[in-house]
Order: sequence, then C-alpha cells, then structure tokens
Amino acid sequence: MTQFDAALAAWVLDQARVSGASAAEVLLVSAESLAAGVRMGEVEKLKSSRERRLGLRVFTGQSSATAATAELERDSLRAFIANTVEMARLTAVDPWSGLPDPALHPHTLPELELSDPHRGIVSAEEALRLARLAERAALGADPRIKNSEGAEFSSGLYQIMFANSQGFSGEYAGSSFSLGAAPIAQSDDGAMQQGYWSTTGRHFDRLEDPEAVGKTATARALRRLGARKIKTTRAPVVFDPDMAASLIRSLAGAASGPSLYRNASFLAGRLNTQVAAANVTIRDDGRMPAGLGSKPFDGEGLATNQKNLVENGVLMTYLLDSYSARKLKLAPTGNASRGVGDAPGVSPTNLYLQPGAYTPEQIIGSVKQGLYVTELIGFGVNGVTGDYSRGAGGLWIENGELTYPVQEITVAGNLKEMFLGIEMIGNDLRWRSSVTAPTVKIAELMIAGA
Amino acid sequence: MANELVNPANFFLSRFGMTENSLERILGNALERKADYADLYFEYRSAEGLSLEESMVNHTSKSVSHGVGVRVCAEDRTGYAYSDEVTIDRMKLAAEAARAIADDRGDVPAAVQVGPPLRRHQLYELESTPLEVPLEERARILRAIDETARAFDPRIRNVTASFGAERRIVMVVNSAGQLAADVQPLCRLSVSVIAEEDGKGRQMGSYGGGGRVEWKYFFEGDRWKEYALEAARQAIVNLDAVDAPAGEMMVVLGPGWPGILLHEAIGHGLEGDFNRKGVSAFSNRIGQQVASPLCTVVDDGTMPNRRGSINIDDEGTPSSCTTLIEKGILRGYLQDRLNARLMKMEPTGNGRRESFAHAPMPRMTNTFMLPGESTREEIIRSVRNGLYAVSFGGGQVDITNGKFVFSASEAYLIEDGQVTRPVKGATLIGNGPDVLTRVAMVGNDLALDSGIGTCGKDGQSVPVGVGLPTIRIDGITVGGTRA
Repeated sequence: MTQFDAALAAWVLDQARVSGASAAEVLLVSAESLAAGVRMGEVEKLKSSRERRLGLRVFTGQSSATAATAELERDSLRAFIANTVEMARLTAVDPWSGLPDPALHPHTLPELELSDPHRGIVSAEEALRLARLAERAALGADPRIKNSEGAEFSSGLYQIMFANSQGFSGEYAGSSFSLGAAPIAQSDDGAMQQGYWSTTGRHFDRLEDPEAVGKTATARALRRLGARKIKTTRAPVVFDPDMAASLIRSLAGAASGPSLYRNASFLAGRLNTQVAAANVTIRDDGRMPAGLGSKPFDGEGLATNQKNLVENGVLMTYLLDSYSARKLKLAPTGNASRGVGDAPGVSPTNLYLQPGAYTPEQIIGSVKQGLYVTELIGFGVNGVTGDYSRGAGGLWIENGELTYPVQEITVAGNLKEMFLGIEMIGNDLRWRSSVTAPTVKIAELMIAGA
Repeated sequence: MANELVNPANFFLSRFGMTENSLERILGNALERKADYADLYFEYRSAEGLSLEESMVNHTSKSVSHGVGVRVCAEDRTGYAYSDEVTIDRMKLAAEAARAIADDRGDVPAAVQVGPPLRRHQLYELESTPLEVPLEERARILRAIDETARAFDPRIRNVTASFGAERRIVMVVNSAGQLAADVQPLCRLSVSVIAEEDGKGRQMGSYGGGGRVEWKYFFEGDRWKEYALEAARQAIVNLDAVDAPAGEMMVVLGPGWPGILLHEAIGHGLEGDFNRKGVSAFSNRIGQQVASPLCTVVDDGTMPNRRGSINIDDEGTPSSCTTLIEKGILRGYLQDRLNARLMKMEPTGNGRRESFAHAPMPRMTNTFMLPGESTREEIIRSVRNGLYAVSFGGGQVDITNGKFVFSASEAYLIEDGQVTRPVKGATLIGNGPDVLTRVAMVGNDLALDSGIGTCGKDGQSVPVGVGLPTIRIDGITVGGTRA
C-alpha cells in the first residue's frame, strides 16, 4: 500500500507540473476503524469504516488553491489536478504564499512509536467485551446508578503520506484506542446526573483498566447528585486537570499565527513579555514517544520539535506555519496542521502545563471558600479580548474541604488576568489528551449564580 | 446536472454501475441475520470555498467526496459500516460488518423489492447553484464586502470574508423496498471584522447568512452589504462595551438568532433517542406544562430555501412541522425511524446525518417560537433593570440535568425601560425544563436567523435554523464579571 501511495504521490506532483503548477504538495490519508458500544448490558452499536482521501495544494507563482477528493482513478485525478491549477490561477497573488524554505525540511525522521506494535484493529467481540466490562463496573458500583448512556470501545489505524515538489516526502502510520463510559445517577427526587470518563492511547496496553474507567465515571456521576445553584460571589477557583487543560488550549489558540497576524488575539505584541504567573511553564513537544499529539513532521513537511511556549510566565514563542511566520517575520515552529482538503493551519502538538509541587488535596486545602470546577460548557471564550465566561459545575469548597455539588453557575474573568492569577499548580499531570494540565488554582474569578 | 435534479437516484445507479437488482442483493445480504430493518445510504458531495483577508481573495478550495453507508437495525441495536469506495464488493463487506449486530436467524429473509422513488418536498428547486457562478464573480463580492466594512468606520482594521457552497446528492434505499433521493444545495456568506481604537482595545464583530439558495439571493435587498455593515456595526458597538453584570436578572432576547435558546434549552432534550433511553431532563413529560402559556414552539423542516430545511431526511422520510410545545404544554418529540419504532410513535422526518460516514440520529431542522402580541417597545419598556441580548455565539446543553448555556456577543443594559450601554459578551446559563416557564412576554416580531447555524451532536454536524420573536424571561443567570 505504501509503495502504491509513493508512486501515486509522485504521479500527482508530476501531473500538477504538467498542468502548469510552479509548486505543489500532496497528502494521502487512509484510515480504518471499528467502534462497538453496549448500553444497559446489551449490545447497542457496531461501526466500522474505511476511508482514503487525497489532498492537494498547488501554486502558480504566488497564487494557490487547495483541493481534496475521494476519486482516486487516474482519469478523474487528471481532470481534478488541472482544475485545481486553474483555480489557483484565479486566486489573488499573495506575496506571502508558498512552500516552506526547502532548507528547513528534515533529512531523517524520528521513530515515535505512534503505532501499537502488537495490536491492530480490535475485533468486534473483543471491543464489546471491554465496553461491557467498563459499563458493568459503572452500573454495579452504586445502587443510585439507574441508567446509562452506555460504554464504547473504539480502535483506529491511519497512514499519512506527504510529498512536495521541492523534494520532501515522508510518511507515518499510527494507531489509537479508546474506552469511555457514561453512567447516569438518579437521586430520590428523580433528578439525574451523568458521569463520563474515558481513556485514550496510541498503545492498547497504556489504557486504563476497563473496571477503573467504569468506576471513575460512576464516582463522577454520584458526586454531582443534589447539585444546587449558589449565590453570585467572587472567589478563588480550582480547575480540575481536564478543565485546566481547556485553559491551556485557549492560550494556544491565541498564540497561533493566523490569529496574530489578523490582530485577533489578546497575545498580539506580547512575545517575550510576562503573560502568566512566574510558576507557569507550558511546553509543546511533538516528539514525545507514543504521544497523542506526536508526529515526525508537521503539515508542511517541517520537523516537529520540543519547546517552551511559556517559560516561567514569559511568552517564548508563537505557534507558526510558514505562511504566518513569513507575515510576522519569524521562523516557522513546526506546528502546521493539515486537514486533507484545507490549507495549512496551526495547532499545538503535545501541549502541557508543567506540573507543580502541590497535591490536588493541598490545593483544595488552601481555599477557605471557593469553587472546584469539574465541568465547563459553552463557547464563551473571546480570543480577541481574552474575555472569558463559561457555564460551570463542580463542588463548593469550605475551609479546605470539598462539600456540596453546584451547578447552573458561570465563571467569568479575562484570560490575561487568569493566567497571571495562577496561584498553585498540581503535581497530577496525566496524558489524557494531546493538550493536558494538572490541577490549577486561580486567585479569584466572578461566579454568577442566583 | 439537470438530469440529477430530475432523478437523483439514476445519478448513483449510473455513476457507480449499479442496478436496482444489485441494491436488492446487498440489502438481502444485510438482512441475512435476524434484523428488523436495513438501509443503504449513498452520498456524493462537491463543495467549494473561497476566502478573503487583508483585502485579497487568497484562499480557494474545493472537495469531492462520496461513499456509501450500510445500516442494520435489530431491536435497539445498530450496526453501521461505511466505505468511500462505492463498489458491490465493498458494500457486501460493509453489509457483513453491519449485520454482525443481529442474532442468527432460523428462516430465510423475504426478498427485498425496490420500488419507484418516494415523494419528496420541493423546497429548493434551484435553477442553478452558486457552484456554477464563475469564481471571479464570487471573489468580487468578497472584495466588495471588504470595502463596505472598511468604509463603515476608520476604526475597522481587519476584515475576513468567506463564501462556501456545496451540493449533496443523496439516496436512501431500505429493506421495505423504499427508495428516496434528493439534491441538497447549501451556501453561506460570512463576514468577520476587527475594530480597534486607542485606549479601548480591539473587538470583533461577525455576521453572515445563506441557505439552500441561488447566487442572486445575496443581491436581493443588498443582503451582502447588510452582512458587511452588521459585522462592522457590531464590532464598533462593542468597543464601548462595559463589563457585563453577574447574577440572575430579567433578560430580553431580541428576534431571530437568539432562538438558539430554544435549540439548546428545549430542542435537544426533545430528541427521540434521549427520551427513549430516559436520559433527558424531559423524559416522560409529554402532556406536562414545561413553558408559560405564551409559548408555542415548533420544529419545521419544510420552510422553502432555509438552511435547516430538507425535502427528505437522511432515512428518506419527508420532513414535517412538529409541534414541540403548544401553549406551554409539551406535545412531541423529534424522531428518526429507529426511535419512533421503539417508542411506538411516527417518524417526524428528523433522522439526519452529517455524511455517509455516520448513522442517522434525531436532529432538529428549523426550531422557533410562534409570535405573540406584544411589541418590542412594550417589552423593553416593561423592564426596570435587565439585559437586552440581540446576538449570540454558540451554545451547549447537558441533556441529562437540563442545564444549558448560550453566549451573548452583542448585549445592552436595560435601565428604567430604556436600552442604555452595551456590555461585553457573557454566557447565560439556565435550566431547560423551567426557563420557558419564566417567559412573561412574547413579541409580535418573529424572525428566523439569517442562515448561519450548525448543530453538533455526538461528533456530527448538520445545518439548522432557529427563530424567535422578542421575549422577556423573568430570571436567568447572566455570567458577567460585575457584581
């Protein structure tokens, strides 16, 4: 299959040249997956897939066009390529457009353990067995678990082949496995709360045990039972690791090239200045072995790398593809991302807030009265201004102890001040996603309720 | 193109070298085990996009995708397999994968006989789609938008504009022998601007619209210009925005897009799948009072040329207008075939999917509240101290506990019955089963949104519409920063 891809990629680049393109790049993605779900102990769904798509970007001088297709027969590809070149001709001449500096392409690619050496697609029987184990553990953990949105196991494999007309070509393959459970707890008055927990990894043996996934999900549902609204107040807020990760993700969005050259970021003009408290170091590492965000090269064929986005509170770099780098007169950072049919964008690789010295208990223990946030909903983050206002749920902290659950409230502030206001960072960093963080305490936020 | 419009089913049969007979055989394959139902879903989608930034139309893109999904349902179980290779062999493999959901059967299934195409609405029979308009002409409107927005105010510093158009051809064939097909055009023009003023910082404004419409739609009443001016006006207004208040207060929602309230607070919770499983905060509440008697809410997939409208849903059922709440009483759910059958109800034409790569689920189309009798002026005048919110970003809901949010992007204080200062964006949070019981006034100015909505559920996005007259809600939590 790989040999076929390399030959196809070379043929596509040649056809682009014949059609009049001055430069081109081609991306071939193939993927297959199988997911199986159970609900209330019974099989609920099975889903299997196979996909293969070709992405193309062509340049005619400094005009470009991007295209994707699933029609891979050479006759239709020939017309498709010619048509894409024609589109590029009709697109504005953009002095910043073009492939990256060819000297920046890597000559060797690292082995990053992106594929499980022992497991491919997990069979439907095995996937159902694992999902059942997780759901059974969730349902059996407490009599107040009365319903379930089920449990699901999925596994997938993908292959990526990328080549451009200035001689770079590279390929890699990866696998992923995940298991999640969503039990529902009900209190005597009939009120329901869902708990969700999942585990994801590139290697099967890195997943959490299915029973542990189910039990964690149940504990999360139970602790929400009896949640109430609280009075509007200003107080310290502790974000649990998954919620803290969402803050890091927002910061990465504001640090990405396209939002910066559009002046649509609260981090515009803030390079090498203090943007967070001195205890904050945020690292982007595209080369972590088996990392969920690892890849040997980025969406333009540049090497991924390891760097600090924020170091001791100072913004050290932006995240740039070669287009936004040229516009900002900086060097690309190996963070180009690429959907099959899209021009390159920017995304972090494995991005994490470096752990601090405190246990989560010590952080919660430091709060006299405040909020421990375990859920955030909605899209109330304004990347232009940093204004932040999201729906929240969690547990109220009294005298350093978690007390009753709260819901139907919002937490609001401005990300600029929130990052400067990070008072404590936990030691509980886990690789649950490509963007991750330990527990974080922010000095004070507005909490709106009754 | 013309032939596809007349008979989209023939498009697939000829393009992929199939006959009705081969479809019958694949369906027979899918039903080899003890299944209640099977269907094949074919999709061919072509799309093009172009965008402008820094006064240049410097990005163009296009995509072609196609594939087939095979679904097998047995009781409440669903097997689904898809492939982007549309061949008989691949479909057979997919049918084998999908039917693994069903138990072995003792008997031989009845042979499937595919009938003639089913009736569909004719809500968007376009003479041509914007995909046939020369690229240069499409680029010209983006440049005109850029000039219009910049001319509105010198503080407008950055304009991005984009136009996306697609055409989906879909065909569903099921084990009852029903065949349905549709051609679904869709397009959207979007504008986003950044305004900047020394001492006031930067603010964003955005607007846009579209639907299942022809290119000329954007020139009727100079719609393209309105989009540019609205985005610019919103950004300039927000330069003067003060901190939003925090806490529970009286809120007036303006007409149109603020109907996202209904989508989040009511719509999702009334989707059949959640109610069959009993996991929605609205489960088992049909016939109960869930809103003030002023509120009647419908989901209507049959409005001509609307973004959320569909001639048939993605299971072949014609769309319909479903009353969800009638004068405050909960009346109905949104159904696909699977959940309707299990709940012993009728499908409502709401079984939708993002693409061939997804199994259908109950989804909304155009969800809105019918108008009342108050004027907007009366409603605003009746508020001593509150918030007037006219534009929103996205929203989200927790189905099980009913809590929902939606985030204002343009809002004002109401003081002593007068709209006064603009306030910064803030998230509003409420409880779905009770927020509409607090609706105290409903305006006579129902408006639908301009055609920009996309709804996400379980990883699938589908285009939707919302609508609302001006309404007054007596108590919802506003998530500002000012005590």
